[in-house]
Amino acid sequence: MDYYDDNDNENLEVMLLLEAVNAKYGYDFRSYARASIKRRIRHRMSVSGIKKITEVIERLIYDKSFFTDLLGDFSISTTEMFRDPGFFQALRKTVFPVLQRLPFIKIWVAGCSTGEEVYSLAILLREEKLYEKSMIYATDYCNKSLTTAKEGIYNIKSIKKYAANYIQAGGIQSFSDYFKAEADSAAIDPSLRQNMVFSIHNLAADGVFGEMNIILCRNVLIYFNRELQNKVFGLFTQSLEEGGYLCLGSKETIRLSTYSDNYDEMLRDEKIYRRNSAPVSYSKPSAHPVATPEFVTKGGELIRDVKAKMEELDYLLNSVGSLPGQS
Amino acid sequence: MKYEAIVIGTSAGGLDAVKTLCAHLPADFSVPIAAVLHLHRNTKDDLITLLNREIRLTVKYAEDKEQIQKGCLFIAPPDYHLLIEDDRTFSLSVDEPVNYSRPSIDVLFESAADVFREHIIGIILTGANKDGSLGLRRIKERGGTTIVENPRTAQYSEMPLAAIAEVEVDYILDINEITNKVMELLLRSKCKTS
Repeated sequence: MDYYDDNDNENLEVMLLLEAVNAKYGYDFRSYARASIKRRIRHRMSVSGIKKITEVIERLIYDKSFFTDLLGDFSISTTEMFRDPGFFQALRKTVFPVLQRLPFIKIWVAGCSTGEEVYSLAILLREEKLYEKSMIYATDYCNKSLTTAKEGIYNIKSIKKYAANYIQAGGIQSFSDYFKAEADSAAIDPSLRQNMVFSIHNLAADGVFGEMNIILCRNVLIYFNRELQNKVFGLFTQSLEEGGYLCLGSKETIRLSTYSDNYDEMLRDEKIYRRNSAPVSYSKPSAHPVATPEFVTKGGELIRDVKAKMEELDYLLNSVGSLPGQS
Repeated sequence: MKYEAIVIGTSAGGLDAVKTLCAHLPADFSVPIAAVLHLHRNTKDDLITLLNREIRLTVKYAEDKEQIQKGCLFIAPPDYHLLIEDDRTFSLSVDEPVNYSRPSIDVLFESAADVFREHIIGIILTGANKDGSLGLRRIKERGGTTIVENPRTAQYSEMPLAAIAEVEVDYILDINEITNKVMELLLRSKCKTS
């Protein structure tokens, strides 16, 4: 048996599968790190009793519900509240004091998955009395994850684990105050959702996202190949205000990308970078700017941006309305 | 046939076993080594410092997208799975724990088997759970060479026993014999190719 051939065939099959997913459903996983993708395909194969990747391709083309399951496999990412407590402590101690000066804080949690980090951030902002002037934009390409994020209902067992993280992160309240516990689940305090906007955004395909003060994207980029990582760093650089913060996962770095010079290392171990004033050279300007997919998404962004602005305005008007003596 | 990588998986008692295994390897050892030790998620870099003091290879946590190089012992960072890509770089993931473990030995071994096929040696050492046996099986299926520490002399026998039950392993050896076997395999494979 020739093992070489076998493996080459499998790589070919994976490539064709990702092409099919992109062509048929518009989800582009072609620039994802392959080893994890392969694991997930194999998982779906063993669950569905499928022997060959070629059969997976056939199933996903003709059977939408099968594709939905596969997409679910691709999007699974385990996240937790206050993962890496040291990072959240650093955010509280080093970054937030700088934000106190700003009249309004815009935060983008890119690839927010099921929302655990979004709420961690909201809790932190509230405890530092910054929440009222913050707007958190939480995005993910996966609608199912985003729905969970919006609901903010988590398994009670996980909550217990998060409580320990919260304490290590320097939490100043009783963690249970932020939840309403049921039998085996706990729902997050809905007031934490007040200044949050959840929306679909695909880092692999969609464009820039407003002038942010903080972009949080932790343990998402490790799933991308180097090229896509670089592209996303470009996206972040365009979306971040000068002096804004980029927060990555503990094993991620911007240093290997072409945007390295545009950031100062604030806290090396916690992977908090600060956008400096160095001029940005975007790596690949499109040769045909008209009618490219990017161009189309740009339109979508503009609309989204306007929507965000309106929401901000709404929020400001609301807060004016609730000033003492105004109601 | 020339070996291009060695992967090691171990859990309880693993730190001493890895030290013993690597103690006599030269600083410019020709085959890169990647290892999963089940470490507590809050393990600090002390472990790396400690290992660097005791062995001549350069010991470091594997970084995302880092190229696999000879002369190095790459350790899977705590709380991340470590995988190997076709272009011989590492990638990390925070996928769910496998066998209650992150990093999981199965995850590293399975991806390494895909990339290196018969050009790899997979080694399972002391440990108190079953992680690694399926990964070792994949290495064997793809034509790689498999070594398991002798469960009778290993500090913890469960992991070696699980691997032996799952795979028809090529060599079952005491920890002190493994380094010599590895050297012998490398030497033999070099003679064949030249």
